[in-house]
Amino acid sequence: MQRHLISAADLTRDDAVLILDTAEEMARVADRPIKKLPTLRGRTVVNLFFEDSTRTRISFEAAEKRLSADVINFTAKGSSVSKGESLKDTAQTLEAMGVDAVVIRHGASGAPYRLATSGWIDAAVINAGDGTHQHPTQALLDAFTMRRRLVGRDAGLGQDLAGKRITIVGDVLHSRVARSNVDLLHTLGAEVTLVAPPTLLPVGIETWPCEVSYDLDSTLPKSDAVMMLRVQRERMNAAFFPTEREYSRRYGLDGDRMAKMPEHAIVMHPGPMVRGMEITAEVADSDRCTVVEQVANGVSIRMAVLYLLLGGNEPAVTHSRTTEEK
Amino acid sequence: MDKLDTQASDARPVLEGPDIARVLTRIAHEIVERAKGADDVVLLGIPTRGVFLARRLAAKLEQITEKQIPVGSLDITMYRDDLRLQPPRALARTEIPGDGLDGRLVVLVDDVLFSGRTIRAALDALNDIGRPRAVQLAVLVDRGHRELPIRADYVGKNLPTSLRETVKVQLAEEDGRDTVLLGAKPAAPDAQR
Amino acid sequence: MSKTLIRGAKVLGGEPQDVLIEAGTIAEVGTGLSAEGAEVVEADGKVLLPGLVDLHTHLREPGREDSETVLTGTRAAASGGYTAVFAMANTFPVADTAGVVEQVWRLGQESGYCDVQPIGAVTVGLEGRKLAELGAMHESAAGVTVFSDDGKCVDDAVIMRRALEYVKAFGGVVAQHAQEPRLTEGAQMNEGVVSAELGLGGWPAVAEESIIARDVLLAEHVGSRVHICHLSTAGSVEIVRWAKSRGIDVTAEVTPHHLLLTDELVRSYNPVYKVNPPLRTERDVMALREALADGTIDIVATDHAPHPHEDKDCEWAAAAMGMVGLETALSVVQETMVDTGLLDWAGVADRMSFKPARIGRATGHGRPVSAGEPANLTLVDTAYRGAVDPAGFASRSRNTPYEGRELPGRVTHTWLRGKATLVDGKLT
Repeated sequence: MQRHLISAADLTRDDAVLILDTAEEMARVADRPIKKLPTLRGRTVVNLFFEDSTRTRISFEAAEKRLSADVINFTAKGSSVSKGESLKDTAQTLEAMGVDAVVIRHGASGAPYRLATSGWIDAAVINAGDGTHQHPTQALLDAFTMRRRLVGRDAGLGQDLAGKRITIVGDVLHSRVARSNVDLLHTLGAEVTLVAPPTLLPVGIETWPCEVSYDLDSTLPKSDAVMMLRVQRERMNAAFFPTEREYSRRYGLDGDRMAKMPEHAIVMHPGPMVRGMEITAEVADSDRCTVVEQVANGVSIRMAVLYLLLGGNEPAVTHSRTTEEK
Repeated sequence: MDKLDTQASDARPVLEGPDIARVLTRIAHEIVERAKGADDVVLLGIPTRGVFLARRLAAKLEQITEKQIPVGSLDITMYRDDLRLQPPRALARTEIPGDGLDGRLVVLVDDVLFSGRTIRAALDALNDIGRPRAVQLAVLVDRGHRELPIRADYVGKNLPTSLRETVKVQLAEEDGRDTVLLGAKPAAPDAQR
Repeated sequence: MSKTLIRGAKVLGGEPQDVLIEAGTIAEVGTGLSAEGAEVVEADGKVLLPGLVDLHTHLREPGREDSETVLTGTRAAASGGYTAVFAMANTFPVADTAGVVEQVWRLGQESGYCDVQPIGAVTVGLEGRKLAELGAMHESAAGVTVFSDDGKCVDDAVIMRRALEYVKAFGGVVAQHAQEPRLTEGAQMNEGVVSAELGLGGWPAVAEESIIARDVLLAEHVGSRVHICHLSTAGSVEIVRWAKSRGIDVTAEVTPHHLLLTDELVRSYNPVYKVNPPLRTERDVMALREALADGTIDIVATDHAPHPHEDKDCEWAAAAMGMVGLETALSVVQETMVDTGLLDWAGVADRMSFKPARIGRATGHGRPVSAGEPANLTLVDTAYRGAVDPAGFASRSRNTPYEGRELPGRVTHTWLRGKATLVDGKLT
């Protein structure tokens, strides 16, 4: 029995819509005086973070606690890793403690997949970001945000993102957010365009279910949502682009560029934003920018995923790829 | 809310459309009588069919009292005590009327009262949402076999049943017609509530 | 036992013949040979090949005896039908002095399962800066003729040029691990469609091809010979083909795994498929098979790279690169080259024995199966087909990508100078 969420590519359209719909109900819990449900009482969830990510960890932690799960935070970075303790040893330690689910963030692509398929543990594995591979709950919360804004909170129930034009801009090469979003948005029927300098697009991208462009200005008027990816300044030193100034001039989103977008179009960012690099303060602080909403939606999405994977005697979400492996 | 198959060939109707309308009218009058005018009544239907029944009751109450009766829905899925016995279910909508529940008389509305476990879950759910003055329960059918110390305040029809029987409520909003069917349980035992 | 008669063996895949071994030498090859006084091995239609020669083996001793030793590695070699292996220099300490190569050579002599010819490092400590004492290693008891920094590329063009020139004095050859280091920083797998999807750092084909192109031109310029280790891309094939057509003295090897496996397997994130150079695409695999068949690629070399279980039982990025190969090489070659009709058994003998011995100057190995030659022989049951079971490996390590995979062919007997090292599939 598989009960993992490893890759956005593993989700069918119906799975994804079920998660989004469930998240809508979960979101309503946040409006109640008691923001807690007894659903996962007695279940133990470990947040196993081999990489620093306070935002993602507290989002999962809030979701787990709202569902009454027992939460253990295990930040492995700098401790067991430097002592030479392997992922396998850590996993088996957690297994011995009797955990029901492991939420894992790891710097190595494929680590969650390995954890889920290598027989080291029986617990459900939820990928909270692995290397430059996948970050499925981020893609789900992004899709949730888009559906709310572009289709409607109630009108969106049961709906996908068919025909919506989504532009993702920035460091696609190093981005698990981009990979997850391309997979999920395609599954949900959206038309995705990736925009980046050629150096920040992976070789082999031609097989991805999306368009690729090097020109941001021509893409903006045809976008219902524009997602800006974080671009680390250090990439400059590896010659991915000449200077910060040139990058932001060609690929940054400022007020003038935002004005080229259709009136209803939104600006998204997975955070943390590098203001002045990929996005100006003017855009980041505008009411078209959904960054804060995305954070709130993240908790609802993670509650939905935890409920659907752990809330019963078997997961309600099917996973084609991981199932085939068995 | 009985999930069992409705197409059982030997299922026979025990309440038909006019009967259902009549008992709802009666329940509405009972509510007005016991709540002394129903001024602070809030109706909360338990999805799926309890919600339709709550709306019908609200309409009847409004006719009687000529006042707006707040009506909402209360999904109890995440409060169930049998979550681990089956795959997670899709969630239904919880819709609390704008003025909230604090200090109100909440009447929970469901189609069939059986083990009482759904109502226990509903009471737990209510607890997380607000603090009503009192909570009452209205059901279309009480089929007996309680597993918890729970009873209904308003009952459309008491229907003594065997555990080998099924009770299926059909409502026009969901099923295209109003009826309550009593049938035999299929061979494969389905989960019961 | 001084006499052995192998009866009814298809020598190099030809008509069944008898082969008489006496005093470590092939005494006679013919039909109806007398078995008098000889132990008889009924070949019963199995294929008899000259003992296989591996130009690229990691025996790990000294330094990583937890993964392999000279003894366990040579036992694995004998199991796989090999009578000579060339031991790569990336040990701890590095085989960059006469002392270390003599130690490895002596351990090989003592093992008795297969001849061990040490390979010397090109540069001190494999660091690519300073030439190791190539001449001293050649003059040592080990008689080193092949030099390689394998595991690392001799990427400095001047050092490479000097090495190519210097070894001419004693007929040596530099075996290059072609990998442009800057282009492969953080590389985890072949760069392409699969790496883009999996988010693993790409190892582009051009990082191999650019070094090969440079080195064949250097070899031409200084009039030296160069050997290319584990060639893995279709583009590399084209460059070597071009170089050979120009008369450049270049030889090249391909590993069994690059003849069979592709980067699609990496989708499992199972580190048994992590190897350097990485598994490439179907197109590359087909080009490599074709090149091995037409002689553009001269030989098959295993790049037998043992690693302990814990170095593979982990996440992909943390895993060691490499696969064991000695005990499955012939089966993979039969699967990919013989059973596909690309190569006959005489061709296999050429690519896995004659030519590697010639490139490495391994005297006494890679000789024809005829009277008067040293009795280094391998008997193969080519009709066999079965699943690979690593539990049965003689190697100390189990990091094979073929576990459970059905492959043809099984080596039943190996003779090293007339002495049986493997009988009925069991080491002596």
